[in-house]
Amino acid sequence: MFDNLAQIAAALGSGLWVTVWVTAVSFFFALVIGGVLATMHVSPAPPARWFATAYTGLFKNIPLLAVLFIMYFGLPKIGIALPNWQWAIIGLSTYTAAFVGETLRSGINSINLGQAEAARSIGLTFGQSLRNVILPQAFRTVIPPLGSLLTALVKNSSLVLAIGVTETSAMAQRLINDTDVHYNLWTVIIGVALCYLIVNLPISYFIRRAERRAEFAR
Amino acid sequence: MENATTTQTPLVQLSKVNKYFGDLHVLQDIDLTVMPGEVIVLIGPSGSGKSTLCRTINRLETIDSGDVKVDGRPLPAEGRALAELRSNVGMVFQHFNLFAHLNVLQNITLGPIKVRRMTKAKAEERARALLDRVGLSDKADSYPAQLSGGQQQRVAIARGLAMDPKLMMFDEPTSALDPEMINEVLDVMQDLAREGMTMVVVTHEMGFARRAADKVVFMADGQIVEVAPPADFFDNPQTARAQDFLSKVLSH
Ligand SMILES: Nc1ncnc2c1ncn2[C@@H]1O[C@H](COP(=O)(O)OP(=O)(O)OP(=O)(O)O)[C@@H](O)[C@H]1O
Ligand SMILES: [Mg+2]
Repeated sequence: MFDNLAQIAAALGSGLWVTVWVTAVSFFFALVIGGVLATMHVSPAPPARWFATAYTGLFKNIPLLAVLFIMYFGLPKIGIALPNWQWAIIGLSTYTAAFVGETLRSGINSINLGQAEAARSIGLTFGQSLRNVILPQAFRTVIPPLGSLLTALVKNSSLVLAIGVTETSAMAQRLINDTDVHYNLWTVIIGVALCYLIVNLPISYFIRRAERRAEFAR
Repeated sequence: MENATTTQTPLVQLSKVNKYFGDLHVLQDIDLTVMPGEVIVLIGPSGSGKSTLCRTINRLETIDSGDVKVDGRPLPAEGRALAELRSNVGMVFQHFNLFAHLNVLQNITLGPIKVRRMTKAKAEERARALLDRVGLSDKADSYPAQLSGGQQQRVAIARGLAMDPKLMMFDEPTSALDPEMINEVLDVMQDLAREGMTMVVVTHEMGFARRAADKVVFMADGQIVEVAPPADFFDNPQTARAQDFLSKVLSH
């Protein structure tokens, strides 16, 4: 069972590194796009609201794998050619952004309407009220659900193996399919599970801490 | 108030304002003029449209017909011009609505810094002076949740005053307060009135109306039913609606 442990660890380790940075970059863009979507959701301009609703409806109802396939196989056909790791990031971030947008929107809606009215009544513009009054308060309530989205994204990122990005799961697949060496199946599988746990357990821990702090701040 | 002459433009002028909430005709042909320095107290039964009327003045509520002019200018529809107008009209809410994530000083300086582009130092200096004026100089670093209702409402008044508004509106500023805190807020308001601030006040505090108002405006069912100086209104109401209302509120 412990044969080739070093090779397995090295392979999974390099995959884990890809998982981590692909997830981190995708989550960053998901937060940015999701922030824009949430702003559009609560905007006074109807076209902005329509766009946000359409975007969210689209991405929430298509499986992530289909999003990745459409981008990786479909878009090059119309002349948009990018390396597969870039499609992975675009796919993961546009998909996750729909959920981030919804989460931020519900955070905004959880803020008492009186806060927005007071902000407007002292002469803050829509954008200023959002930035200075609504979002800072909404942010506290959305840290736990955003954390859950991040742990989900870590797991979802395994799907980019389908478009040829060698992250953790792709590495595992390679090891298992390697007929020359015959790596121990159980070692590989347990190794993969450990990889995801190493990333997600600390995130869960910080979410729980943030939750507790938010309760005290009430 | 004494020097309100015919050459002055009204600070607020509503003409033939109508508003519906669905089928409910909440404001019916409302005409109202507020001259600079005037203190108007709006009273009337619950649901008569007092809050809605106030909120049309800074366009927290839109109207369906008629027009609203502030300082001689029609209300802008949206955007920067509206924000600019709102910055000149202070509003104090029944439930205070202090910014929950900011301390008292930050609550008061947010508008001056973001809207008036004042430096932080200058805004804080003025905020401290205002806190002094409402009797809360020791609470600058407290958060709203750490203050009593009466203290929160006085901070809210200071927040409004920090914008140097031309008009202050109060929508039942003492209705959410415990009885022992009502007077600390009314005293601040009365001082303001005495100093010549133009005010529109919705309140059920008849004593305040009598002492501070230049004009009492009595509303019922979406209409302005009676407008009179407080002494006339309270001692000699002209309409049956007003007599009925007064007999109910003054009997206890
Ligand atoms: N956003 C809204 N949507 C629908 N109806 C509303 C809305 N706001 C107020 N109303 C209704 O309009 C009427 C007037 O409300 P408004 O709040 O102006 O009355 P008010 O005189 O301030 O009463 P109160 O003394 O209870 O505060 C009420 O019947 C109320 O139910
Ligand atoms: Mg009201």
